[in-house]
Amino acid sequence: MKVGDILLSAIRGVTANKLRSILTMLGVLIGVGAVILLMAVGNGSAQTVNNLITSLGTNTLTIRANGQVSGSSAITLAVSDKLDKAGLGDVKSVVPESTTSLTVSSTNASESSVSIIGSSADYFKVSTATVASGAGFTSADVTSAAKVAVIGSTLATELYPTGSALGQSISVDGTPFTVVGILATQSSTGFTDPNSVVVAPITRVQRSFTGFGALSSLLASAKTTAGVPAAQGELGVELNQLLGVSPTTAASAASGSTTATSSLPYTITNASTLLSTAQASATSFTVLLAAVAAISLLVGGIGVTNVMLVTVTERTREIGIRKALGATRGAILGQFLAEAAILTLLGGILGVIVAVFLSQFQINGTMPVLIGYSIPLALGVSVAIGVFFGVYPAGRAAAMRPIQALRSI
Amino acid sequence: MTIAEASRPDGVLELSDIHQLYGTGDAQVHALRGINLSVKAGEYLAIMGPSGSGKSTLMNLLGCLDVASSGTYMLAGNDVNDMDENELARVRNREIGFIFQSFNLVPRMTALQNTELPLAYGGVKYAERKRRALEALELVNLSHRADHRPQQLSGGQQQRVAIARALVTNPTLILADEPTGNLDSESTHEILAILDQLAAEGRTIVIITHEDNVAERAHRVVSISDGLITSDHLNRELAR
Repeated sequence: MKVGDILLSAIRGVTANKLRSILTMLGVLIGVGAVILLMAVGNGSAQTVNNLITSLGTNTLTIRANGQVSGSSAITLAVSDKLDKAGLGDVKSVVPESTTSLTVSSTNASESSVSIIGSSADYFKVSTATVASGAGFTSADVTSAAKVAVIGSTLATELYPTGSALGQSISVDGTPFTVVGILATQSSTGFTDPNSVVVAPITRVQRSFTGFGALSSLLASAKTTAGVPAAQGELGVELNQLLGVSPTTAASAASGSTTATSSLPYTITNASTLLSTAQASATSFTVLLAAVAAISLLVGGIGVTNVMLVTVTERTREIGIRKALGATRGAILGQFLAEAAILTLLGGILGVIVAVFLSQFQINGTMPVLIGYSIPLALGVSVAIGVFFGVYPAGRAAAMRPIQALRSI
Repeated sequence: MTIAEASRPDGVLELSDIHQLYGTGDAQVHALRGINLSVKAGEYLAIMGPSGSGKSTLMNLLGCLDVASSGTYMLAGNDVNDMDENELARVRNREIGFIFQSFNLVPRMTALQNTELPLAYGGVKYAERKRRALEALELVNLSHRADHRPQQLSGGQQQRVAIARALVTNPTLILADEPTGNLDSESTHEILAILDQLAAEGRTIVIITHEDNVAERAHRVVSISDGLITSDHLNRELAR
């Protein structure tokens, strides 16, 4: 018996009862399609998160104060200036951030809970915010605590729906500011709308709103993306000196102990760290989705077993005839295994087609991104399932004794 | 083929002291109680007996569909009792051509494909297979129905396909189990004529039947009852 003959009799078997074969294939189709599609959805959402984090700026490091620290270990404007002028090898510049949330209004409209960011003139170079029209404020504005502001694009159109906001006056919690620049539109990073902000000189923000104590955070930019880890180390060493962190605390923090890290008065994060964390969680999300889909594939596989058992019972007499004509155990086993494999392979191929088609559409706000290896994986698994779940029915067929098989009706 | 047949020693089938037991304990059935039978090459033998006489059991043994509980069965010089499942399958494929009462063609396969089936299991190449199957169908005058499926053929035609399938491997033994049991008298006549012709060509045929008109065509008639051979004689006409 040649392989071609076995395949031919298997195809004949599959087409003998078309409706039943189609329904069985449907089970496999749904399983394979679900695996590929859900893996694509997981991958798509991972990429969305990655893009968001990249938009935070991969060269940017954020230094945050840990809790309410006061006294010598507080991160103040003076610390920020010293850090900026320390001449660290891999650090381009350091800018302070003093943030609060206030109501901003114009003669036309009023917006509550707008992020107010006080910073220095270099803010527009260090952060991902760039000035689209007008200009950023200058160092002179910072020195003089000028009442000038650069505002986000959304805020600009909300406050001045007709005509440009540039040169107009806005009121931040009662304090009038002149709009000197409008920021380029940025993609949202999730929690706050980066296009609904007011950026003003830190001196003015501290004087009018936040006070002269500790800053919320510092933003630093590394000279190169590759230099981010080095920059992070240099900033840490410098900050330990500036804030008077004891060498023992610093040493144990450097060794990576979590309790020691939290004993430091600050935390440095960068987009790459966030990125790897996000990637790790995205991977587990994708695996979870694939596991759920794999269950439906398993159910489809059990459907194959069920149908094959019925088929074997129905065709007992045919098995008897074939055995009487000299079919070996192996030939009968091969025929029914091939039949199960054809069912699952066809179902699998259709599942791939459906999944590839559906992945062209947004699903629950996420654009699926197909994972290349998921297609051969799902197909391979579906055929393996066909063979695995076909072994029992095929084995039953092969083990039949010819006289008993012939005697059945 | 005739040369090969002629060169074979006497006794293509040799059965000695064959016993067949089914079941255990109280339910045990002693279907065959010591069968001794020798069939020569080219013989046309009929095995007769009422139902329950053990003739179906004997037919299963002769066809290597089952193995005897005790005794020896030599088929073309090979001891069948020593064979494993795959060897038995090979013997059924090469040495035996079955003709069943209920035709036993595989549905959904054409007459030609059905005829080719034993050759396929024997590993014969496609072209060779088709040529030999068409030849066999020609022998039973059905080559014009080669592309028909069993359900498109009459009972007599189906049985002729089955005969072609039994002939196609050129087997040592053609084993027919009530071949005319499901047929009308016209088809019966047709099938018996074909069997006569095959016998005349020197094929070894064993036919199992309970009909006298079928048995009287054979050269030799063996009667079996309660698992034992009760008579074994050459046919009256031939004896005369």
